[in-house]
Amino acid sequence: MRAETSSLKSKDLLGIEHLSPDEITLILDTAEGFKEVSERPVKKVPALRGQLVINLFMEASTRTRVSFEIAEKRLSADTLNFTAAGSAVEKGETLIDTAENLMAMAPDMIVIRHKYPGAPKMLAERLPASIINAGDGAHEHPTQALLDAFTIRERLGRLAGVNVSIVGDIAHSRVVRSNIHLLTKMGAKVTLAAPPSLMPVEVERMGVRVVNSLDAAIDGADVIMMLRIQLERQGKLSFPSLREYYNTFGLTPDRLRRAKEGVIVMHPGPMNRGVEIASDVADGPWSVILNQVTNGVAVRMAVLYLLGGAHGTE
Amino acid sequence: MKLLIKNGRVVDPSQDLDAKLDVLIEDGVIARVDKRIKAAVEVIDADGLVVVPGLIDLHTHLREPGQEHKETIATGTRAAVAGGYTAVCAMANTAPPNDERAVTEMIIAEAARNGSCRVYPIGAVSKGLKGEALAELADLRAAGCVAVSDDGNPVYNAQLMRRALEYCRMLGMPVIAHEEDANLNEGGVMHEGFYSTLLGMAGIPAASEETMVARDVILARVTGAHLHIAHLSTAGAVEAVRNARAAGVRVTCEVTPHHIALGDEAVQSFSTNLKMNPPLRSPEHREAILAGIADGTIDAIATDHAPHHFDEKNVEFDLAPFGVIGLETAFAVCHERLVRKKVIGLSRLIELMSSGPARIFRLPGGTLAPGAPGDVALLDLDATLTVAAPFQSKATNSPFIGEKLRGRAVTTIVGGVVKYSRKKR
Repeated sequence: MRAETSSLKSKDLLGIEHLSPDEITLILDTAEGFKEVSERPVKKVPALRGQLVINLFMEASTRTRVSFEIAEKRLSADTLNFTAAGSAVEKGETLIDTAENLMAMAPDMIVIRHKYPGAPKMLAERLPASIINAGDGAHEHPTQALLDAFTIRERLGRLAGVNVSIVGDIAHSRVVRSNIHLLTKMGAKVTLAAPPSLMPVEVERMGVRVVNSLDAAIDGADVIMMLRIQLERQGKLSFPSLREYYNTFGLTPDRLRRAKEGVIVMHPGPMNRGVEIASDVADGPWSVILNQVTNGVAVRMAVLYLLGGAHGTE
Repeated sequence: MKLLIKNGRVVDPSQDLDAKLDVLIEDGVIARVDKRIKAAVEVIDADGLVVVPGLIDLHTHLREPGQEHKETIATGTRAAVAGGYTAVCAMANTAPPNDERAVTEMIIAEAARNGSCRVYPIGAVSKGLKGEALAELADLRAAGCVAVSDDGNPVYNAQLMRRALEYCRMLGMPVIAHEEDANLNEGGVMHEGFYSTLLGMAGIPAASEETMVARDVILARVTGAHLHIAHLSTAGAVEAVRNARAAGVRVTCEVTPHHIALGDEAVQSFSTNLKMNPPLRSPEHREAILAGIADGTIDAIATDHAPHHFDEKNVEFDLAPFGVIGLETAFAVCHERLVRKKVIGLSRLIELMSSGPARIFRLPGGTLAPGAPGDVALLDLDATLTVAAPFQSKATNSPFIGEKLRGRAVTTIVGGVVKYSRKKR
């Protein structure tokens, strides 16, 4: 499928929820071209030359921040990394003041990771720069869902009709929300599995099926996406122990025996080996976890290009 | 001193009145309501307007003492009269809280000096609103408090709640309960439902309110005291009050205009002016509230007017304080959503906003019967209120900004004195 549109409607990428299937296809198609750039000896194109991108990371991140920075550099943008630690944020500056001060230095795009839902939208409504959401609380993480979709499409050749099971801490995951929006828009079938204490209410209304066992999630799945369990939740009210979690929802080679031939296993990282996923699975033939990371750069290049390069300096 | 209000449509549910009549106020009290009163006094022509007993708000946060950057007694009561209110009950969660006589006396004195309407203080249930030990409730009553509440916080300790109810039965005043079990919320910032799931926000489930209402209804039955439930927001709570009332328990309740008019789907805008506690609920809860309004389960509409400074609300949704202002928009919102949408008639609305509040808290006013305080609001049902800052309130945290609503107060009279008058069109 080729996109019938050649640009994104919004100046920002705040989430997948308000993207059209055509826009999603455009980003994925554009990313295919950029993946090739990363395989060249000289991994750089001049698309964003002269543009300033600020990476505003108000919450810890390794993979996403590094991936964005590499994507920006491969597009020849000037980049600046800003983290909450060691900044005026620690002196009590508000997000809006921080952003307006950065805006006074005329960035073209701001990539923001923030602890709370809606923070990227706050900036998008107030600043002329393009805002890219790199994760806002448990709300959305659009580039993660796009790189997941890119990886599925690359491996299985399509998104429509693909059975995707997502397992783990659904309640607190931004990855799962963006993935549900994207996959259902593109015609995939989404199944969620978690202990009920980690399943948000009325999530079925997002167009997904909810099951309460790992085996039911594995049955018939073309893709199994495991979510990270936040270690600090154990022994509190979400579930009794990591040991019990692993025994009920941990993905092991043994559990995978009932899976469909050719199933792929994904994980957005960071993984907790021996909690939600056994090392034999994470490192095994099913795993496309490192492909996801590689594809993340290409997908982020596509997003940056479409928001900045496509209607910026050219 | 005399004031004659001529040619208006007088709607007074306390006397079952709805007719074109004149109202004469003498020496601050209602003297006569009759056809074509002739008197050589100052006249207000109310032709085309509705004349009602002044509105009474059971739930106002005036923020003074201690949080004068949000609101003061002067600005909060100016907002009140601009909305047709002639009396407000001031919640106790000031700084310091109204948990002792000195604070009550300060509020009453400041209201007398700089207030535009009557102010009835509500005392704290517990010292410091901490939920540990009873405040000096008899002293608060003697100083002028009309009820007690730890509003903002629930009273978690069931024994403390029981003792407060017993004590207040002796004093003849209600205990107002803020019903919430925050253990069920886990940092919740909006109604727990489809939209909290969609937005990835921690939810405040309906059960958080309903479990506490169930407990307190039982305590009200056990003690025989008057329990008043603040800002009811869920179907289960309406049902619990309806059943308790049928069983003879002395329980009354209020709902807010924003819970009548708005739903949790609005939070998709992430506007912090839609963040309040209890939160905007889903349609089944709103429908239950409308049913409770129509069948009489709900006794009063109260604003929960909760001003916050612009800076405090100009942050991420999770970080913003709970609360919205409501005094200046309450009548317009309720007229639009309840009367114009034919849920109830105008007389029932005035009962909910004036006669009902006066009856359940045993306050003066809420009636145009001779001898009652000369507290009157003149309403123009056809005038449009376009909600926009600035407000008479110091704050701007209204969830209705941008709305055009039909029906508004044009003149507000407190004790026979005009305290608010809108310029003629």
